[in-house]
Amino acid sequence: MSAAIDKNSMHRVVIVGAGPAGVRAAETLVAAGVVPVMIDEAPRAGGQIYRQPPADAGFARSKRSLYGMEAGKADAVHSTMAGLLSKIDYRPDTLVWGCGAAQLDTLHDGRQRTVPYSHLLIATGATDRVLPFPGWTLPGVYTLGAAQIALKSQGCAIGRRVVFAGTGPLLYLVAYQYAKAGAQVEAVLDTNPFSRQLAATPRLLRQPSTFAKGLYYVGWLAARGVRIERGVTLVRATGDKAVQAMTYRDGGQELTIPCDAVGFGYGLRSETQLADLAGCRFRFDALNRAWLPERDPAGRTSVPGVYLAGDGAGIAGADAAELAGRRAALAMLEDLGYRAGSANVQAQAAKLDRQLANIAEFRIGLEQAFAPPSDCAQHWPDDMTVCRCEEIDAGTLRRCVRGGEASEINRLKALTRVGMGRCQGRMCGAAAAELLSAETGKPIAEVGRLRGQAPIKPVPLSIAMMDEASQADHLSAIPEHARDD
Amino acid sequence: MTNLPNATSAGQPHSVADAAPQFVRLTEAHRKQVGLTLDGVALTALTGDTVLSAILLHTRRVRDTEFSGEPRAGFCLMGACQDCWVQLEEGTRIRACSTFVKDGMRVLTRPAGAIGA
Repeated sequence: MSAAIDKNSMHRVVIVGAGPAGVRAAETLVAAGVVPVMIDEAPRAGGQIYRQPPADAGFARSKRSLYGMEAGKADAVHSTMAGLLSKIDYRPDTLVWGCGAAQLDTLHDGRQRTVPYSHLLIATGATDRVLPFPGWTLPGVYTLGAAQIALKSQGCAIGRRVVFAGTGPLLYLVAYQYAKAGAQVEAVLDTNPFSRQLAATPRLLRQPSTFAKGLYYVGWLAARGVRIERGVTLVRATGDKAVQAMTYRDGGQELTIPCDAVGFGYGLRSETQLADLAGCRFRFDALNRAWLPERDPAGRTSVPGVYLAGDGAGIAGADAAELAGRRAALAMLEDLGYRAGSANVQAQAAKLDRQLANIAEFRIGLEQAFAPPSDCAQHWPDDMTVCRCEEIDAGTLRRCVRGGEASEINRLKALTRVGMGRCQGRMCGAAAAELLSAETGKPIAEVGRLRGQAPIKPVPLSIAMMDEASQADHLSAIPEHARDD
Repeated sequence: MTNLPNATSAGQPHSVADAAPQFVRLTEAHRKQVGLTLDGVALTALTGDTVLSAILLHTRRVRDTEFSGEPRAGFCLMGACQDCWVQLEEGTRIRACSTFVKDGMRVLTRPAGAIGA
């Protein structure tokens, strides 16, 4: 074995994100003698999928109760992390809000700290892929991920009578988890017809146990009489200051379901802002219907020393995240000159590559089965809010496009402020791109990519002003193409 | 409905937003209680509740938007949408979904000057 990479060496490996990808990467690095810094915004490791209830607060549910059939995997990730605590520099509750010039800007407990790196693994995960419908900003309307977090991490349901809507594996999983926990699930509204799910079966069988679990959730719901509607269109949520009903269209018929909460989403979207600020080259990914940072099968980006793993690099799920975290760590070790050429490491890498390729095939099947609606933008009424931060409606965006002022997404952002609010387009970016595509007739790949900008999440003004000199350095380090107009 | 607030004496019409909690606590109810205030009104939460959960277990509104003034009640619960920022009486702004309650916390869902206005 070559010399261990210690604190005195010039290398400094930083992992952002303590979900399944980050934890497996840290484990692989530690096994080789590397001591990574691991930064995570959450107070406890696990990411969103294996999110743990708050520590020392008296939460008592078993892992079986929290994670169901995934309890074993959740426990394995948590246990691995517990074993790593004394071997890594773990910084929970820490937001990474900027990245440039081989350093990260972090915020912990109101304090700014710059963290330099020579090798960076970005494992920042995903949020729900959101496409709006009229009424989506009403209190009581949440993402599917939000509905799951309320239950998993707080023991709460998002409402007394809940409608779950949209599409994707999470739709059925969350509905199942709610019904099992004793919540009243009024209906599951899937925007995809069952025929698409049948057509995708050959690819879905690449991961037979995952496929079987999906079937189990649907079967369980059906057996308990939970109303499941497929191939529907979400029309609107209505209510006086909070949601009171969800209306959908099935064929030519509009149907309304009284409820006091809606959980919806159309699969997941990658958190790519840090890769953007790090200067990584992006390409449009037709499968994810989104711009993603380029990476090789091992997780290397276009920027030497910057790596990607997990859903933040393209949606592939928790199992793939564990594999990709390991794989990226091996690539990092190889690039560090560490155990290079070892037959054992090469065999491990090759095995991971095969497993990841298999999941990638499954993933194509999932997108086939649960594709987001591609023609919704043309049906959005002018007065529907697209950007919930800045309250920009569809009509404002349409007028801007039809007036010839913008045919590219960053121009549309500059003129209307869509995607410029506090969430930086996380909730409206996909919708703005769909609308721009519908209005211009250009494919979605050709309407441009919403660029990231530091701070990637709101930070107190006092932080931004704290260290003006390093701020200036930081801004100049952002690559030209990644800067805002 | 038996838990409607008995406040109609003020003569103000009540919207559904005031009528009932948004969230329902299904389990894990045996944690230690903490006391906080929401717009000056005392309420009880449990250790480990987020500020967002604590609010939504009592009402359906967390904030008003800066532009239309429409009510909001959070959206993503994972620190991404930024739609649940509230203020503490001492001035600090917090993201309700990723901040845990503390005993004695005094939370405002409207800017201080607007209370009682």
